[in-house]
Amino acid sequence: MTITPSIMRDFLIKLSSEGKRADGRKFDEFRNIKIEVNVVNKAEGSAKVTIGNTQVISGIKIDIGVPYPDSPDSGVMTTSAELIPLASPDFESGPPDKESIELARVVDRGIRESQIIDVDQLCILPGEKVWMIFIDIHILDYDGNLFDAASLASLAALMIAKVPIERLKPTLDKLKDKYPDIEQYLNQHPKDFPLPLSEPPISCTSAKFNSVVVMDPSLDEEQIAEARLTVATDNNGDIRAMQKGLNGSFSVDEIKKVIKSSIDNGRKIREQLYKSVGK
Amino acid sequence: MTKEQREIVIPSQLLGDVKNKKAGRGTFVEKGKIYAEILGVLNASSEHVDVIPIKGRYDPVQQDFVIGIIIEAMQSSWLVDINAAYPALLHVNEVPWDVDFGETEKYLNTGDCVMAKVSQVDQEKKLQITLKDRNLYKVKGGRLIDIEPQKVPRIIGKKGSMISLLKKYTGCRIFVGQNGRIWIDGSYEGIKKVIDTIYLIEKKSLSYGLTNKIEDLLKINAKEVH
Amino acid sequence: MKTDIKLIQDGKRLDNRRLDELRPIKIEAGVLHRAEGSCYLEWGGNKVIAAVYGPREAVPRHTQNPLRAIVNARYNMAAFSVDDRKRPGPDRRSREISKVISEALENIIIVERYPRASIDVNIEILDAEAGTRCAGLTAAAVALVDAGIPMKDIPVSCAAGKIEGQVVLDLGKDEDNYGQADLPIAISPRTGQILLLQMDGHLTLDEFNQALDLAIKGCYTISEMQKKAIMEKYQKVEEVK
Repeated sequence: MTITPSIMRDFLIKLSSEGKRADGRKFDEFRNIKIEVNVVNKAEGSAKVTIGNTQVISGIKIDIGVPYPDSPDSGVMTTSAELIPLASPDFESGPPDKESIELARVVDRGIRESQIIDVDQLCILPGEKVWMIFIDIHILDYDGNLFDAASLASLAALMIAKVPIERLKPTLDKLKDKYPDIEQYLNQHPKDFPLPLSEPPISCTSAKFNSVVVMDPSLDEEQIAEARLTVATDNNGDIRAMQKGLNGSFSVDEIKKVIKSSIDNGRKIREQLYKSVGK
Repeated sequence: MTKEQREIVIPSQLLGDVKNKKAGRGTFVEKGKIYAEILGVLNASSEHVDVIPIKGRYDPVQQDFVIGIIIEAMQSSWLVDINAAYPALLHVNEVPWDVDFGETEKYLNTGDCVMAKVSQVDQEKKLQITLKDRNLYKVKGGRLIDIEPQKVPRIIGKKGSMISLLKKYTGCRIFVGQNGRIWIDGSYEGIKKVIDTIYLIEKKSLSYGLTNKIEDLLKINAKEVH
Repeated sequence: MKTDIKLIQDGKRLDNRRLDELRPIKIEAGVLHRAEGSCYLEWGGNKVIAAVYGPREAVPRHTQNPLRAIVNARYNMAAFSVDDRKRPGPDRRSREISKVISEALENIIIVERYPRASIDVNIEILDAEAGTRCAGLTAAAVALVDAGIPMKDIPVSCAAGKIEGQVVLDLGKDEDNYGQADLPIAISPRTGQILLLQMDGHLTLDEFNQALDLAIKGCYTISEMQKKAIMEKYQKVEEVK
């Protein structure tokens, strides 16, 4: 385990009482964000996001599957995250631990509950066959704030993803024997088509230490954080998802301040996201 | 034609023959031939050949001054991280305080920082450090950064020339551990300047005439820092 | 597998390569911030990233070897790296590849230097298109040098195979699926010693010799690229401005 020197803790706390951060940023300022799309050819959609030195890749794979029994006409979506040992001396190989599970679930909810993907348009044959969307997040370099990097990479990947009609044509053709209606589906969707998406909410994560709340925590700040708050906001300034983590607490006032900063930063990041996917 | 950089060699590079040269550190011998075993800077003379590493963990040498971070307090010793391949042991007999059995946590705890000296490196690479010497103690305040241990000589400079420059133009107190850990204390701006300059030196460490170039840079950016 | 596609036509393959030509390769050393050594490599449609941590005390303790370091190579394919999404986590194929790569690396790393320690090599395949284990080992070698690990040589890996009765270098995607034999190897270029060798399919003795020869030649070409990538990173003459 990487031990945080108590000197660093004291240093960051001392700075924070003077309104400063170690890397010179303002409390509500993000590090430099870089978004690259189409970084993996085999994936139906992919993106790499760099925030500071944190690097995360998200890949979208789309396949034909069966719907959930309680939503027979809707597509299916799953998200998983891997904190691969590549990214940090502290990440171990093995089944996902609670950190990677929380990361995957928070990113998943941000996308699922805010209904960015219109899953009703992802039905091939009601009750029988639907499109399955797999979002797989790979952390490559861990330098703080995995939540925002993972979420942003997943959004960018979804926005440039295409449903692979052409690649899966052989499978779809074979299904025609059992399901003749697939012929009609293929006539309506002869080529690869983009996922039906609505405006994405952008997530912004803050960390609290020494009664100070900072946005986009660096690795050092994250290691001394007592509490963490992720807020996803949309282009109307409405709140679409929230998650508090770690065993510290927030005052109502702090939460309101975080929401405001998240809306402001969310706007800027959304602009950058649109630019990077060519909108 | 002056070389702007020193010569880099990589593992498996042929450097000489045992017949006319002595194989030094960073090299291995096979069938009478001397090869580099690590990525490093060639240090060759007519009689010997060494390779000075430019990457890798700290390789502890007895008497080295190091900055360590306590990993764990045990019954009569502490386990300390000194950025080597192995943690170092600090025994209660090697600290300036009178520590009773089981009372180690009262003096040093996980995360505490110490200025120490490497007292022993044995055959099995078991490492021991000591706090029993002048200028060795538990550190308070200031800020730590980590650099490649191999760059430490450049940060210190010939006869301390580089580090004196840094202290002069920033007004900061600076201690450089041989293990690549550096402790800095001073004003916010001073500390930031020291860190930026150190990272710059780390990047350009292989260039000649670096001390002068750094002095020029520090002069340009200096307001008088008292 | 059988196919109607002609894999070779007029001495050229599907991607227009000659029988003895490698796919395009790009290598970059030192691409990650946390890892002590790293390498990003593109080889045809393959995209690989390798990272090294160590030497560090091996955990759990019972895995420690009192006389030398243990080398743990972990080869893993990202879920999105293949046509049909792969379930995350190691499968039997990944475990086997991890083992043969670890063994190849153990041969040339000077493990006696670090008793009780481990050297952890992580290979992640981000985009897969035939020959991922060769790409992975080649990248891992560069990452090890970048980490300052003492080695007797920089290992390099390449494969040859047989398609439509012809021995060819560096099987590509369809060639891997529809070919008649696959022979991935790894060598220590300084000594010519073979560190990794696997073969499946059907080769006569003559064909095997041809394929081995071709794969070794491929290895030497790639070895130059590895060395160039390392020198490019460390021998940059920059202006102090």
